[in-house]
Amino acid sequence: MSNNFLRWKAKYDAQRERKGPFFTVSSVPIDPLYAPGHTAEIEYERDLGNPGEYPYTRGVRPNMYRGRLWTMRMFAGFATAKESNERYKFLLSQGQTGLSVAFDMPTIMGYDSDHPRAYGEVGRVGVAIDSLQDMETLFQDISLDKVSTSMTINAPASIIWSMYVVAAEKQGISANKLTGTIQNDILKEYIAQKSWIFPPDPSMRLITDIFKFSKDNVPKWNTISISGYHIREAGATALQELAFTLADGFAYVEAGVKAGLDVDDFAPRLSFFFNSHTDFFEEIAKYRAARRIWARHLKEKYGAKKEESLLMRFHTQTAGCSLTGPQPENNIVRTAYQAMAAVLGGTQSLHTNSMDEVLALPSEKAVQIALRTQQVLAYETGVVNTIDPLAGSYFVETLTNQMEEGAEEYFRKIDELGGVLGAIQENFFQQEIADAAYRYQQEIESKDRIIVGINEFVNEEKDKIDLLKIDPEVERSQIKRLKELKQSRDNLRVQTTLTDLKEAAQGSENLIPKIMDAVRAYATEGEMIAVLKEVFGEYREQAVF
Amino acid sequence: MNKTRIRVLVGKPGLDGHDRGAKVIARALRDAGMEVIYSGLHQTPEQLVEAAIQEDVDLIGISVLSGAHMTIFPRIKELLKEQNAEDILLMGGGTIPEEDIASLIEAGHAEALFTPGATTTEIVSWIREKVAESKAEVI
Repeated sequence: MSNNFLRWKAKYDAQRERKGPFFTVSSVPIDPLYAPGHTAEIEYERDLGNPGEYPYTRGVRPNMYRGRLWTMRMFAGFATAKESNERYKFLLSQGQTGLSVAFDMPTIMGYDSDHPRAYGEVGRVGVAIDSLQDMETLFQDISLDKVSTSMTINAPASIIWSMYVVAAEKQGISANKLTGTIQNDILKEYIAQKSWIFPPDPSMRLITDIFKFSKDNVPKWNTISISGYHIREAGATALQELAFTLADGFAYVEAGVKAGLDVDDFAPRLSFFFNSHTDFFEEIAKYRAARRIWARHLKEKYGAKKEESLLMRFHTQTAGCSLTGPQPENNIVRTAYQAMAAVLGGTQSLHTNSMDEVLALPSEKAVQIALRTQQVLAYETGVVNTIDPLAGSYFVETLTNQMEEGAEEYFRKIDELGGVLGAIQENFFQQEIADAAYRYQQEIESKDRIIVGINEFVNEEKDKIDLLKIDPEVERSQIKRLKELKQSRDNLRVQTTLTDLKEAAQGSENLIPKIMDAVRAYATEGEMIAVLKEVFGEYREQAVF
Repeated sequence: MNKTRIRVLVGKPGLDGHDRGAKVIARALRDAGMEVIYSGLHQTPEQLVEAAIQEDVDLIGISVLSGAHMTIFPRIKELLKEQNAEDILLMGGGTIPEEDIASLIEAGHAEALFTPGATTTEIVSWIREKVAESKAEVI
């Protein structure tokens, strides 16, 4: 430490410090001052680079938001395909620039709407999709070569994506024109989100089948969105979110290479998805470190040659877990700060949560405010005028370096446990996340951490807020549609395509063309999943808390 | 049977995988000296009720973030009744709108519902009080 710094420190120590604690949302202690002589060593070319230059700490494009703003992409979907289609058209008419589809739990878990396990859950947390017919309705009057679509689907991603590609085919749009993203990240399902179907090995095969098929047929599609969002929501710290997500990313790179692909053939189509929590600088440091770590590993460890392979492009969603039930309007403010952190961190697209999402799916009014929050950020605050404005900040650069060092330490631990799959089996991630979630809750209850409206500044009267309601009739009408479809389609063709799919699953050929054939025959998602379960089996977890 | 410690089944019914809340509660109850069984994910109401009876619990606590609360709570109560296990209390939490809470409680589909923002301390003391009351009734 320099004399200059020590001089200040003596003065600081002589004065009174208010009761802290001074730590981040992730419980990382923060110093009162970052200054020369008490900060990370930064070498500009080595550690930052200009925007669009290795190691991409300052952004993946040379022009960032001076060229094009981020994509404002609100996650939406509920009830039936017809109702969601209307919401999408509303959002597009309000200036939204990309679609993001939320599916209901039966669709996410591979059950048709008429399955007993779907009872009470059809259309509740997203849209119900049983067959190609629903997918066609979902995008009726929306030309699929004009929008980019993100679909939050994982275990059955191969089937839902095939339905999308075939729905486009029916609109007369060829697959090579399609742009969008499927989440398709099964590792974080085992780690945090817990919507799995098959065991890890066949799940990884489906993912690499998608990589291969996309490379030749749907080249502009982001075939995976490696997600930290759910890891964070499950209780992880910012550092854990960063480290576990990147570890997953490396595992997919290794799986692709093992499946015989050249890293440069698929790495450019890998994309990421992060959370933005309320601790402003910690989040910004996380995004900056993420880009740098990814670029360094892809270049140095995996030998990627193409520049596009090194670029970490990511979507961000503000933190649902930070929102409060009481005084829901306060959530607008939280979301706005979180959105600004994501933009200062250089996100490529952004979803801002609506204030009422702790209680229900968002109402139209709440969604509009959330979208307007992004528009105010983009057009009024001026933070988009210059690229990576926080670079060189003693504090932000120190945090960025700490994030990178901490992540490298986690990578070593994960390697010792036999990589990501080994660590999942050992419940390593699950226990780390459960511990962090519990600590966070205890900090709130002991009031070491103040959450406005929860443990301080509490209102006694109940809040009144209009919530979106899903009519139970939705489930009945969806089941009725499904029954009609099963009667009207060519059931012989359905059976033939399902048998073909099963045989292919027993071998090693790429399953995507077989799935697409079944989709074209209007086989349902549940029918295809059932056939694959016969071959692949189902995953079971040993839960820890 | 002489039971000194309160026994609780923490359950995750339905298809949703959001288990953060369930796990935090499970651990808080364990730290408070209760015996806690965690069901794991994706349980049907039938599986939960069967486990509750087998494990001889005083209370089932379920976490629902899937919007299916209006079907899940009544179903569990109904099954408990069918199995003559109405002495097992039912509480829950999750993303449940105020209006639905009122109607579930009023209809007797749950003894208590806690929403985001509830503290583990308040849940622990509610359970202690309720279980003591319900045991007193039996005696």
